Amino acid sequence: MRKCSLDSLNLVFAEIAKSQKLYLPVDQTDGSAAFQKWEEGTVYSNVLNTARSAKDFFFPQTENLMEFKTSGKMIEVVDTREECEDFAIFGVRACDAKSFEILDRVFLVEPVDSFYASRRAHGTIITMACSRPSETCFCTAFDIDPAAPAGDISVWKTETEVFWQANTEKGEALMANIVSLTEECTTEAVDEQKAKITAIMNKLPLAQVTTEAFGAGKTKEYFDDPKWDELSEACLGCGTCTFVCPTCQCYDIKEFNTGKGVVRYRCWDSCMYSDFTKMSAGQPRLTQKERFRQRFMHKLVYYPENNNGLFSCVGCGRCLSKCPISMNIVKVMKAIGGK
Amino acid sequence: MQKITRDQLIEKAASLLNDGTVKVVLGWKKGEFDYDITPAVFETEEELRKEFVWSDFCGANFSKYLISKTRKIEGKILVFLKPCDTYSFNQLLTEHRFDREKVYAVGIPCEGMADIDKVKEICGDGIASIDCSGEKMAVTTIYEDAPVMVDCKDVLAERCAVCKSKKHVAYDELMGEEGEVLDCDRFDEVAKLEAMTPDERFAFWQGELSRCIRCNACRDVCPACTCEKCVFDNPDSGVENKSPANTFEEKMFHIIRAFHVAGRCTDCGECSRVCPQHIPLHLLNRKFIKDINTFYGDYQAGAEAGSRAPLVNYTTGDVEPGEVFDRRDSDA
Amino acid sequence: MQVNEYKPLIVAFCCNWCSYAGADLAGNNRLSYPADVKIIRVPCSCRVNPMFILRAFQRGADGVIICGCHPGDCHYTSGNYYARRRMALLFSMLDYLGIERERTRVEWVSAAEGAKFAATMNDFAEKVTALGENKRLEDLRCKK
Repeated sequence: MRKCSLDSLNLVFAEIAKSQKLYLPVDQTDGSAAFQKWEEGTVYSNVLNTARSAKDFFFPQTENLMEFKTSGKMIEVVDTREECEDFAIFGVRACDAKSFEILDRVFLVEPVDSFYASRRAHGTIITMACSRPSETCFCTAFDIDPAAPAGDISVWKTETEVFWQANTEKGEALMANIVSLTEECTTEAVDEQKAKITAIMNKLPLAQVTTEAFGAGKTKEYFDDPKWDELSEACLGCGTCTFVCPTCQCYDIKEFNTGKGVVRYRCWDSCMYSDFTKMSAGQPRLTQKERFRQRFMHKLVYYPENNNGLFSCVGCGRCLSKCPISMNIVKVMKAIGGK
Repeated sequence: MQKITRDQLIEKAASLLNDGTVKVVLGWKKGEFDYDITPAVFETEEELRKEFVWSDFCGANFSKYLISKTRKIEGKILVFLKPCDTYSFNQLLTEHRFDREKVYAVGIPCEGMADIDKVKEICGDGIASIDCSGEKMAVTTIYEDAPVMVDCKDVLAERCAVCKSKKHVAYDELMGEEGEVLDCDRFDEVAKLEAMTPDERFAFWQGELSRCIRCNACRDVCPACTCEKCVFDNPDSGVENKSPANTFEEKMFHIIRAFHVAGRCTDCGECSRVCPQHIPLHLLNRKFIKDINTFYGDYQAGAEAGSRAPLVNYTTGDVEPGEVFDRRDSDA
Repeated sequence: MQVNEYKPLIVAFCCNWCSYAGADLAGNNRLSYPADVKIIRVPCSCRVNPMFILRAFQRGADGVIICGCHPGDCHYTSGNYYARRRMALLFSMLDYLGIERERTRVEWVSAAEGAKFAATMNDFAEKVTALGENKRLEDLRCKK
């Protein structure tokens, strides 16, 4: 483990930014934080988490897949892929760091999604322990430890110092760049902070949320639960929960006629939308109740069924604070699982 | 703090349920914390006593739910309407969006609703409980032993800070006293933007709209957005998209959204309340309202059921499109 | 490209009953107006949906003009009155978003006013040329 003083953090950022693009949470005018490219003068935000999750780096909201150009009777297919450059993301929280594992199981299994794979290969994730979690946090329900976040490098920040711990080869490589700005240290201060964080986590109102009732094989038990009606009653059918979610990975592939050719692109889709997975035969989920159920069953039952029991929720709490009608996965877990 | 209490509302709802006047009650249901309140349908007095809440966080406007609920539910629905909700209620009636006979509307006074983000700005994250029953709001966090006492005025939602009316314009029964239409400065922010140079305005809106994630929450919550199929969801419209691919699509969506409700928007402020990215969408709607007031005379959508909206009306002497700038600039 | 060679692309929505015929008359009388004015015939100025205007900009227009019958002369009695209100509000909104106000215009041109049609288009093209390319309402995908 190595450390630097909090005052010299900006020098470390500058050093990292010399060799690659560095992104970190920055305060926005509306009081929230968003990942932004580091430049001289950029200040690292104190906000607990970014409004949008870190999945955008690997799975952006829209991206062009290819283009078609016509001239006469010829159609030219243009490969729009560009070689991804190395980049680093600083300040990813433990929940978002876990979400990459969940996305990997979708995009990195055969057939591998080359767009996603290229970004994953070039991105270095630097995580930050959560010293001041919010009431909406419940990552511990998914066995995530906010005191010891995963990622290529884990970082802890105290009042005066910043501690760095490389976990992977990629992390080691980045740490080598900043070796002159950091010094070797013991783990004492970090252990102390870990204990503090754990104590806070136990005090959180959602500390008791549990996934025990969910997982593989529960489809039959929950699918026809009458509580779905009540839970989805007020759902507006907007896509807020899915778009702020770090683990939602559904997308649509669409085409845009530019007048001179066609751009084929993909964009995030939401199971809350009425035309989600619409086929020639029509829409498989006709009412909002069915769409609503799909979202939560996918996260708590279907996904674990296909992925050795891994849930596709990381307890980041974004849907809790953003849903216009305050309906969310915690309420669903308590209502459906808590019989 | 609200003047009317939860108990009063439950008593009212229970008596109307028990005497058979209404079949169900549309109300606010308690959440995990004291601020995450969900609109819900209550069918029995027992459910009401267990889960109905009324506090400074009951901002949700129920008017739009009446469209789907009156179609689905047999019998009358009791709906509690705050003053601003009654404007949306009237507007929906004007557009024949639900059957008035199936609704029993109870007007309830409102002292303004709180914005949880403003509460958190003062008290920080980690809220354990919020008590709105006193003069001041008592916010307890897991990080402090003593609750922080917050002045309700400091955490009022933007739309409530510039409340346009405490008057109920539609109801079957009114609880509490009849309020009045207020003088408010809700157009100040719009005027400030108008006074900027075009470059400044462009930079402002580019910054705000670029945060849009196209979740459609502003559209889906809006009591004026009631098309069965939105043009932005219709693959045959040529403008359907699920995510903004660039800044043009962000602007187009928001211009068209605001334009489509121009003259029908009651300025209830739900769009800005639900925006997960805190885009000040009300500034687009209010721009249209302000222009309508300036060019065609004062008009408040929803103030009167059945009134003719300015965009489906005209006079032969209306201002020419090329003159709107002169007219506005000389006003400023 | 040199600056002085810049020719704006202008989309003109013309009412079938007046300005579309006015454009014809301008042609018959050999009055010249810029070749980059693309005329789209509509049954009435009232047919123009705000979306049409935005999409014209998206597809590369640098200026959009709507031509209809003089107030009082609408073939359908009142269409142009509604169009007038809509466009007044829309243009004011575009200006509010910081989009140059000279890029949009409404002009009333009757079937007999061939000279006015040509003069209007020349004037509009001149104003838009002075502004240069439309950057604030452009969709880069359509420019490639």
